[in-house]
Amino acid sequence: MERFRFYGSGLPGVKLDELRGKLIVVEGTDGVGRSTQVALLRQWLEQRGHAVFDTGLTRSALAGKGIKRAKEGNILNLLTFTLFYATDFADQLENQIIPALRAGFIVLTDRYIYSQIARAVVRGADEAWVRDIFGVAVVPTAIYYLKADLDHLIPRVAFTRGFDYWESGMDMRLGRDMFESFCRYQTRMLEIFDRMSSFYGFNEVDANGMVEEVFEKLQRRVRELLNHKNTAAAK
Amino acid sequence: MVKALPQLGAGRLIVVEGIDGSGKSTQLALLQRWLVNQGYPVRFSEWNSSALVKQITKRGKDRRILTATTFCLTHAADFADRTERDILPALRSGGMVLSDRYMYTAFARDVVRGVEPNYVRQLYRFAIKPTLAFYYRVPLEVALGRILGGRNALKYYEAGMDLGLSDDIEESFRLFQRRILQQYELLSKEFGLMVIDATLSIEEQQAQMRAIVKPKLEGVKRLSKHGKVSLLR
Repeated sequence: MERFRFYGSGLPGVKLDELRGKLIVVEGTDGVGRSTQVALLRQWLEQRGHAVFDTGLTRSALAGKGIKRAKEGNILNLLTFTLFYATDFADQLENQIIPALRAGFIVLTDRYIYSQIARAVVRGADEAWVRDIFGVAVVPTAIYYLKADLDHLIPRVAFTRGFDYWESGMDMRLGRDMFESFCRYQTRMLEIFDRMSSFYGFNEVDANGMVEEVFEKLQRRVRELLNHKNTAAAK
Repeated sequence: MVKALPQLGAGRLIVVEGIDGSGKSTQLALLQRWLVNQGYPVRFSEWNSSALVKQITKRGKDRRILTATTFCLTHAADFADRTERDILPALRSGGMVLSDRYMYTAFARDVVRGVEPNYVRQLYRFAIKPTLAFYYRVPLEVALGRILGGRNALKYYEAGMDLGLSDDIEESFRLFQRRILQQYELLSKEFGLMVIDATLSIEEQQAQMRAIVKPKLEGVKRLSKHGKVSLLR
């Protein structure tokens, strides 16, 4: 079994060799269809007999509500905002992800530290500082980056839930309206994701196609991962 | 930390540190009175006081769900919020900022809780370097006598109960404070903190503090000559 490690200084009191499960991260910019793919993946994994624990950002018992409230008022400054997300992340990591890994679950997360790093960096935070903060994170078993062009992202957002204040980076005043702002913001986010992709070793999945096509690709990659790991473990 | 931050104005940042019961808050309040009476613009900032972050910290404390890491991060968030909202603007406007506890508190407490010293230091990289950082050095028993004699109820995290040092809250507090004191002694050397002997009388300590602060006031613009204006606290 492959051993887990931390990106940086890690968490006090956590013994990594006790972790048995797998940590699978699905990343991607807003509107790429992450949550749909995560839901499909979960069903399929459970069908195969794996116990799956799924989680996402800003849902923690500690900071989830606080972040929601602060975002509603748009009152977060950059440093505070970054540390808020880091708190929330650490809370989920320690109280949900790590216990689930210890119990041998496949932990499936809709986004991980990378979206949080991107959101801070796009707003001008020092990248090394943000990476250090998230040095508490466990390095995932695999990071699937659903990658779609802006042209494909726009209609998905426009014809489903519509443009959202934060996803359009409205706090950054990038354009005259939400559409313009969304395009500029997401373009920058895609650039940051590309940079992170090589830095963190993302497994890129072409997400320009239809839901079923994307899922087939994702499924193939995950199957390879699980089969490979099983063989490795059997040796 | 944030790109393109303008350089600091002519402000001065004065911070006080020390274990609970060292008398640092009393000293800072007296210093504030003295500065305000001379007409200096003063902004006071206190550890763990940001309204925005307090809700989260309080929630975590009430439910006792804070770990060493989340404790460390929420306090850094509090510090960031106050830095961005209060400290930076006041300094850039050329005023005085008085801070009751500063990043050294995190360096002491979080490390005692088991967080990597380097992680905490990196986390606070955005902090503004104080003009003066006073450390109120006091023997453990003196501080404990002031605290345990006065207030009745120690709180869970305040007493370091989360460290599992002892089931008895007073004993836990004692052990926790001892470790924090050790950290402060190390920090005092590492960061060259200005040590004040906190066993001296309040008046003597205040006189020393004022003497050290006075030369640093040169060039700070006063709002009035007599300081009758009511100021922010």
